[in-house]
Amino acid sequence: MLGGVFVALLVAWLIVNLVKTPSDFFTVMLIGITTGSVYALIALGYTLVYGILQLINFAHGDVFALCGLFASTIVLSLLGLNENTSAIGIAGGLLLTLLIVVVFGLLVNTSIEFIAYRRLRNAPRLAVLITAVGMSFIVQNISLAVFDVNFRSLPPLISESNVFKIGTVTYQWNQLFAVLVTIPVLLLLSWLVKSTKQGKGMRAVSQDPDAAAIMGVNVNRTISFTFALAGGLAGVAGLLYLIEFNIRYDTGFELGLIAFTAAVLGGIGNLTGAVLGALIIGLIQAFNEGLGWLAPGSDWTRSIVFGLLIAILVFRPEGLLGERTPEGA
Amino acid sequence: MRERLRGVSKLEPLDGVFAAWRRLPHGFRAALPVIVVIALAATYPYYVSSLPTDVPVILAFPDVGACVTIIIFVMMAVGLNIVVGYAGLLDLGYVAFYAIGAYTAGWLASGQFQQVRVHFGSVGISKEQNGIHISIWLVLLCAGILTAVGGIIIGLPTLRLRGDYLAIVTLGFGEIIPQFVRNADSIKGFDLTHGTFGISPIDSPGFGDHLNKALGLPVSYQSSFDRERFFFWTALALLLLAVFCSLRLRESRLGRAWIAIREDETAAGAMGIPLMRTKTWAYAIGAFFGGMAGAYIASFNSGAFPSQFQFNISVFLLCMVILGGMGSLWGVVVGGTILAWLNVEGLANIGSWVNAHTPLNVEVAKYQFGIYGIIIVLMMLFRPVGLIPERRRKREIEEGAGASERDKSVYAILEAEDPREKD
Repeated sequence: MLGGVFVALLVAWLIVNLVKTPSDFFTVMLIGITTGSVYALIALGYTLVYGILQLINFAHGDVFALCGLFASTIVLSLLGLNENTSAIGIAGGLLLTLLIVVVFGLLVNTSIEFIAYRRLRNAPRLAVLITAVGMSFIVQNISLAVFDVNFRSLPPLISESNVFKIGTVTYQWNQLFAVLVTIPVLLLLSWLVKSTKQGKGMRAVSQDPDAAAIMGVNVNRTISFTFALAGGLAGVAGLLYLIEFNIRYDTGFELGLIAFTAAVLGGIGNLTGAVLGALIIGLIQAFNEGLGWLAPGSDWTRSIVFGLLIAILVFRPEGLLGERTPEGA
Repeated sequence: MRERLRGVSKLEPLDGVFAAWRRLPHGFRAALPVIVVIALAATYPYYVSSLPTDVPVILAFPDVGACVTIIIFVMMAVGLNIVVGYAGLLDLGYVAFYAIGAYTAGWLASGQFQQVRVHFGSVGISKEQNGIHISIWLVLLCAGILTAVGGIIIGLPTLRLRGDYLAIVTLGFGEIIPQFVRNADSIKGFDLTHGTFGISPIDSPGFGDHLNKALGLPVSYQSSFDRERFFFWTALALLLLAVFCSLRLRESRLGRAWIAIREDETAAGAMGIPLMRTKTWAYAIGAFFGGMAGAYIASFNSGAFPSQFQFNISVFLLCMVILGGMGSLWGVVVGGTILAWLNVEGLANIGSWVNAHTPLNVEVAKYQFGIYGIIIVLMMLFRPVGLIPERRRKREIEEGAGASERDKSVYAILEAEDPREKD
């Protein structure tokens, strides 16, 4: 009821803005989709791990930031790419970076699981959760130690020319790039989880680890595999975020919380839900920061996102697409 | 036989002491260490200047001003311990209570609202000054009550959630409130919090002219010659109040209900404990001390600034509770003192000692939160009961059976829930 009123007000606000400044509205919407697709990659990491361990992996956002910083070192120092490099050079370089960062991300994430979470397999959830908070700080400080406090960003490697321009609504190649990378990654992930043996194992373990173990699923290996997937996604997200924005050691914490909100909004544990939630959060953020009429502005983005998180958890803890869990009771 | 005799004769003089000690009343024996510690702490300002300043590793003992901050942080940890340790509710947003307390002091005891002129028991300020100036003693109480109300407001919708969801919601509040105070400098043109600049100066506590004449107590701490000493003693008194309340609450009907909920929420509910009300009380009382501590430290720093209230502080306080032992009051006091000292100056001192005596050159203070992260992870992995476990637990462990039982009771502190419980 309350939620219905809230959504109605939100829609009304969007329509007023659409009528007032249609071109702004669509430009902002495209930005929202771009940001949302990066959020989706991070949100999937949260949702995958939560699905299998019922653990909010606080360290995930920091792994993402570490990957992004690592990617900046590869692109700038190791490969020495800049805006004057030939198109083939840039394409090859970015692809190579992507591969390296994905491997790096999955190594980091599986090591975290191996060092910290595995020993607490039979401990209560809060013990693991507190450990995850601690790991988050550790990873963040590793980023700080290696990459220092400065923001890192890339020169405009991907053309900022327009993909299309309708009226004053523009969409640039560098924005499209994030979407173009995200979609195949999502398809690949979906295939991995749905059709491979390892993916079946994941789903089995998330439903009932004991039964899965009896049926011959190697639970520990499956959990490591899940963390590897999540880490790989964090790697992709790190590179994409670095291309669009700038990144520093503590970027991951806030972004992680935003992505976690997206995962909860979609229904935690639900892969499609995470993508949907991330797009919605991306749009909310973009509308809040970009629209002219009655928008609170970027100062309030965090409050709005966390307010939304609290509202979902209180009124609909199962999220948009999730199933009811005991926590919701 | 000879061995035994020799042993006895060796111990004989000490035996007399032990026997005499055992003849003392139990209450006195239990209280003596506490009295000694309090006496040592209370006289600290008198002997701190004669302590050595070239101690290896830690270099120097904290001065009185640093101790005020340490004590107030310990007080917050004691408040958080009620929520996390007693009731077993993981709160990752305790900094919100700190912020509410500090800003209450800012609103009720400073020149923030220039539109009005309200004076009530204010000391050391000209009556001509605009703004709301209420006696800090009342402000401390107001801050505590207001924060407790805030805790109830946060708690009511969220406390029916379990475990990790509750943690996330509290984290959300812990992020929203600092951002609110940062941005609320022109709500419809009204300057509520003065934005990033914060509210400063905030009035200082004091006893006013009458008590000054009668007993020689300072009119206002700020203008007093012994400013830091008075702040120190008051902080110590507040901490003792928090510790005393914690101790009494722990033994009360409410405290036992908290522990029952911590150990098994479903069973506690089945035994007729009103879950929501009991948990909300834990929140409110935990928040009360957080708010009071926040208001006091705002008065000590003479300001409340939004940059003080970050998620890091919540984790830092949680780390104090974990290090000491969740639910163990004395553990939290000890663990909190160690960590708060590390935070205030210990890490910087140790860092400069390390840099001076080894070829390393690290800015230890820069990585303080990484160090707290390491402490949290190590404690969770290897000693989840904390440095000084709660006696109730310890006794259970000693009387209990094997290692698996021990682990079970240890983890019951956190949550007695099957990690994979699902419908």
